[in-house]
Amino acid sequence: MNLQIAMILGQDGVTNGAIYALLALSILLVFTVTRVLFIPLGEFVAFGALTMAAFQAGKAPALVWLLAGFAVAVAVADVLAAFRNSGRVRFSGAQTFRLAYPFVLGFALYRLPLAELPMSVQVLLTLALVVPLGPQIYRLFFQPIASAPVLILLIVSIAVHVAMVGLALLMFGPSGAKTTPFSEAGLELGPITLNSQTLWVIAVSVGLIVVLYQFFERSVYGKALRATAINRVGAQLMGISPVFAGKASFFLATLIATLSGVLIAPITTIYYDSGFIISLKGFIGSIIGGLVSYPVAALGAVLVGLLEAFSAFWASTYKEVIVFTLIIPFLLWRSLTVRHVEEEE
Amino acid sequence: MMLKKIPAALAIAALASFAGSALAQVKVGVIASATGPTALVGIPQKNTVPLLPTKVGDLTVEYISLDDASDSTASVTAVKKLISEQNVDAIIGPSGSPNAMGTIQFVAEAGVPMLAPVGTAAVVLPMTEQKKWVFKTTQNDDIIAKALVDHMTKAGVKTIGLIGTADPYGENWAKVMAGLTEKAGIKIVASEKFQRSDSSVTGQALKILGAKPDAVLVTAPGGPSVLPQTTLFDMGYKGQMYQTHGAALPDFLKLGGKKVEGTILAASLMLVLPEMPDSNPSKKVASEYIAAYEKLHGNKPATFGANVYDAGLLLQQAIPTAAKKAKPGTKEFRAALRDALEQTKELVATQGVYTMTPEDHSGFDERGREMITVKNGNWALLK
Repeated sequence: MNLQIAMILGQDGVTNGAIYALLALSILLVFTVTRVLFIPLGEFVAFGALTMAAFQAGKAPALVWLLAGFAVAVAVADVLAAFRNSGRVRFSGAQTFRLAYPFVLGFALYRLPLAELPMSVQVLLTLALVVPLGPQIYRLFFQPIASAPVLILLIVSIAVHVAMVGLALLMFGPSGAKTTPFSEAGLELGPITLNSQTLWVIAVSVGLIVVLYQFFERSVYGKALRATAINRVGAQLMGISPVFAGKASFFLATLIATLSGVLIAPITTIYYDSGFIISLKGFIGSIIGGLVSYPVAALGAVLVGLLEAFSAFWASTYKEVIVFTLIIPFLLWRSLTVRHVEEEE
Repeated sequence: MMLKKIPAALAIAALASFAGSALAQVKVGVIASATGPTALVGIPQKNTVPLLPTKVGDLTVEYISLDDASDSTASVTAVKKLISEQNVDAIIGPSGSPNAMGTIQFVAEAGVPMLAPVGTAAVVLPMTEQKKWVFKTTQNDDIIAKALVDHMTKAGVKTIGLIGTADPYGENWAKVMAGLTEKAGIKIVASEKFQRSDSSVTGQALKILGAKPDAVLVTAPGGPSVLPQTTLFDMGYKGQMYQTHGAALPDFLKLGGKKVEGTILAASLMLVLPEMPDSNPSKKVASEYIAAYEKLHGNKPATFGANVYDAGLLLQQAIPTAAKKAKPGTKEFRAALRDALEQTKELVATQGVYTMTPEDHSGFDERGREMITVKNGNWALLK
């Protein structure tokens, strides 16, 4: 092992670590606001990557039908809920928009020359297609049981994950996909050349973390989310809607995960079921942060990435073992040092 | 209301199943991993089922297709279900190597011949009392490996690096290569492992690069075989790249692009069918299979589908012999079917010619593989 090898491994580790960090932050965000461990998060990484690849192949992915199906289900659920509450059927402008959105988008996708579009438009279309699924999933599966115990939320979360993986196979097929990189150029840094995609990943991750920090510190919506995370009942008493907080956190998490998928798609081959293992590593990061601390979670996730890169070099057969064993000392340390608080049920 | 309907429904179901069993005299169970991590292999296999022979002599054959979701436990459940509920005469499947390994003891207990379209030779080697019931419809790793090592020797390769998946496929290849290279005087200077789901193999590639081998062999099934090769390419590795028959699918070319140009692999002739001389006996069978598959599904089958098709051909040939000894659906028929399969001689199939013996339940010889290279983004016969 010399400096050059260490630097290449470091670059590899930081690239993966940056993605894990983004996912760790998303998991943490959703968990603190809604108490849901968002296991289907990984699926959005895969959806983002595969949708991008489908666009570059000039095809509109079948995902648009899932979006449309969910939109119809959401509309039905909203109407039923309104009917149960007030005995009248009302359909607001926002609801009409939500129902019409996937159909308009789908129509546009089938008409546009997808493969010829500039990459930035493809990325935007990918986000426009995948991200609304997050709030829809919250509305359909988690909003009705928002006050259920954490364990039940976890079980539902696993169920949604399993269903989404099956649907992903149906929509995208079993073969993997890889997209073209954002740019071909590289950056010379001492003995190694930094891959341009690596720079993109790191830049976008750091950028997103800064934007998120500003959002939570400065904006009213960010503060509302933070308030819900700190004390759910208190926030509700202050007029913050838990439904809004839930949808907003799912929206943000899905956005980050989809963007992660778009970012790593040029680096590696993504299959319909690749997302889970990636988000699992982000999960280790958020566990290191004790499912409360954002900076520690991000650092922990980068640590996972680095550990993965170096253990792949030294003992490739045991790489996964080493990475996932990391969780045990941290759980021990956490359970020995942190004072236990009984959860308010 | 609902309760009244149930007996009627049951009666209809019973009638239907009775009618079904009266028509179909031979029952064959098919287990394919149409979902889950091995779906890439299992889907063409499942899609091949409608192409299997439905009439053999004056017997009709019924196929019962089940999905094991790539899960070994589900494979065992499916096998038990096929045997106890459907009383099948033979089983084709499962798709995955670990899945097949797990089911051997159950098919042996029930005395049902199983035709496994899996990669690993461990399902039929070393031959045991239980494995007597298993037949394998793919090329054994050592046949492919021998072709690769021969090519390496001719090309003057002295040192190689291995990188393979950390699963039975990669493990078995590492074992086979260790034995063959020693005889050929080639040294393995690096042997690395990676996971199918890995998003980066930089560490492993660096290690191989550091060992400076003349050539590198990637031993991974399906799409994951691409990543190590493209990573090595990006790092500027200039030696010859070898792949196994696990890489022999359209995805390899699609995902690898320019970076896999010049790769050498040994695999089924199906990849280079138009280039094969008409004298090759398998050409006709394989062309027929591909045409039929394309007509039904609108795309070309991967070689994995052909392994199931071959299983159908083996059965087609063995059933008449067995039917002379006993009636389908009985223990005696299944035993006779196994004996008949074992006596298969010179059966021309899609990927080669089968000649089974009590010791060799795979039956392929060197006619079961061709040396292939990647040229201008397409498979080409290595000349």
